[in-house]
Amino acid sequence: MMAALPEIIGGLLIAIGGFFYVVGAVGIYRMPDVFTRMHAAGISDTVGAGLLLVGMMFFGGLTLVTVKLAIILGVILFTGPMATHALAQAALHAGVEPILDKKAVMRGPGIQAAPKKITKTVKRKATAAKRKPAAKVRRGRQTAAARKRRSPT
Amino acid sequence: MIFAAASLAVLAALTLAVIRALRGPTVFDRVLAANAVGTGAIMLLALLGFLTGRPEFLDIGILYALLNIIGTLAVLKFFRHGDLSHPGGEEPSDA
Repeated sequence: MMAALPEIIGGLLIAIGGFFYVVGAVGIYRMPDVFTRMHAAGISDTVGAGLLLVGMMFFGGLTLVTVKLAIILGVILFTGPMATHALAQAALHAGVEPILDKKAVMRGPGIQAAPKKITKTVKRKATAAKRKPAAKVRRGRQTAAARKRRSPT
Repeated sequence: MIFAAASLAVLAALTLAVIRALRGPTVFDRVLAANAVGTGAIMLLALLGFLTGRPEFLDIGILYALLNIIGTLAVLKFFRHGDLSHPGGEEPSDA
């Protein structure tokens, strides 16, 4: 037995945390629109960062280092959902439409303000996608190009 | 050893997030990617502190975590109201 037990557990946790961190980053890179990218960012903010920090706590032992790691973990766990919530609300308020299923209807307290506009644009996008003959185009690229055309910024 | 591997993983994640920040079609993609880069910087600071055997960088990590959320909220408020001193709340036309 070369390493002590806490270091083995900590190393395992750090390895799993690094894996989930990369998974979340790949999701941020590849997901098709803002809301799904937020969903992917949640992975690396909670599971990835959490497991990395807990794994480092096993290496730190019962010292001040562990306390600082716990403080960082608490701050990240509280502010990550806060930033995601503010981001989703700001994106909906600015008129960014999520990619929906064709029959889906957006409803909820935040989007009662302009339900007609949102459902109309979603319907128009669905029919435009149906009319387009090149249906083999990857969906993420297509909607990214469509969003660039009428981007609010 | 495991710290070097985890640092490489976090560096790869930071690269992907920076690419998304450069390519992001809307400003919200860029804000999301900037938030992810901030979290990755905290992770990289902590891992490098353990890698070099001097985990005193963690105070800077706490500072980055606090600045990250303030920066994200400030940018979002600026792009929503166009003014950081806006009192907030909904506009009358949206109510």
